[in-house]
Amino acid sequence: MDTLHPLVDALISLMLVIGALFTLVGGIGLARFGDFFMRLHAPTKATTLGVGGVLIAAMIYSWASGRFGVPELLITLFLFITAPVSANLMAKAALHLKVQSKAGRPAVFDDGAETPGKQG
Amino acid sequence: MATGTSHPKRWLAHPFMSATIAASWLLLQQSFAVPQLITAAVLALVLPRVLAGFLGPQVKVSSWATVVRFTGIVLWDIVVSNITVAKIVLNPAREPRPAWVPVSLDIRHPNGIALLATIITTTPGTVSCVIDEDRHEILVHALDCTDPAALAQDIKNRYERPLREIFE
Repeated sequence: MDTLHPLVDALISLMLVIGALFTLVGGIGLARFGDFFMRLHAPTKATTLGVGGVLIAAMIYSWASGRFGVPELLITLFLFITAPVSANLMAKAALHLKVQSKAGRPAVFDDGAETPGKQG
Repeated sequence: MATGTSHPKRWLAHPFMSATIAASWLLLQQSFAVPQLITAAVLALVLPRVLAGFLGPQVKVSSWATVVRFTGIVLWDIVVSNITVAKIVLNPAREPRPAWVPVSLDIRHPNGIALLATIITTTPGTVSCVIDEDRHEILVHALDCTDPAALAQDIKNRYERPLREIFE
């Protein structure tokens, strides 16, 4: 295996560190936040900049070692398609089960016991 | 949904989708060998036809310049709001103030609504929880928001308007 230019090495490391940092922040958020809906925000963060950073690092590495580094883009595409759908389904299920939320229960969604005039 | 009967089943009714499927397959295989090319062609032809009942009419993109500009805006927003949310998470003194934000929709194209909901969720700090197609409304959960009306207006100006330009 041939060695990479030190600058390319540094760039790859930087992107890996950025990706790892944001994934860590996502994890801390998951542990720290108080209710289900706030915890839902953590995975959306980890899948954007967290995975994004690691993927950019992988692509730079592929290009620098002379390979065609586009397949990594597919991971981004698949995440972009699947992550919001699962978040949406979990949120729907949680609303249906009336899971406690620090933001209260959304006025528009209160099925049955609607509170008129609370929110426009 | 009984749209499958109203739309006649045609081959290549969704050329953009077919192209995406074929390209994805070839990229996954990392090869342009003949067997892979044949598989890609078969998938590109068969999958959209099998799924025709769920797809609705073909999407016509009216402005590719807007698509490019909008992609840039969304990517930039993802980076910025990642940093904003990271600050909230890492500051122990900072309690986030979550809120429900109903966003009323002017966009009517189903693919446009789906894409808008996806973008809202992918941008850190907001998750689209309920997409109400009868009320034309997306119910968004915001991680830290003191002014729901302003956030809703922001989403409409920043994301919905370009999406309408693209789809309608």
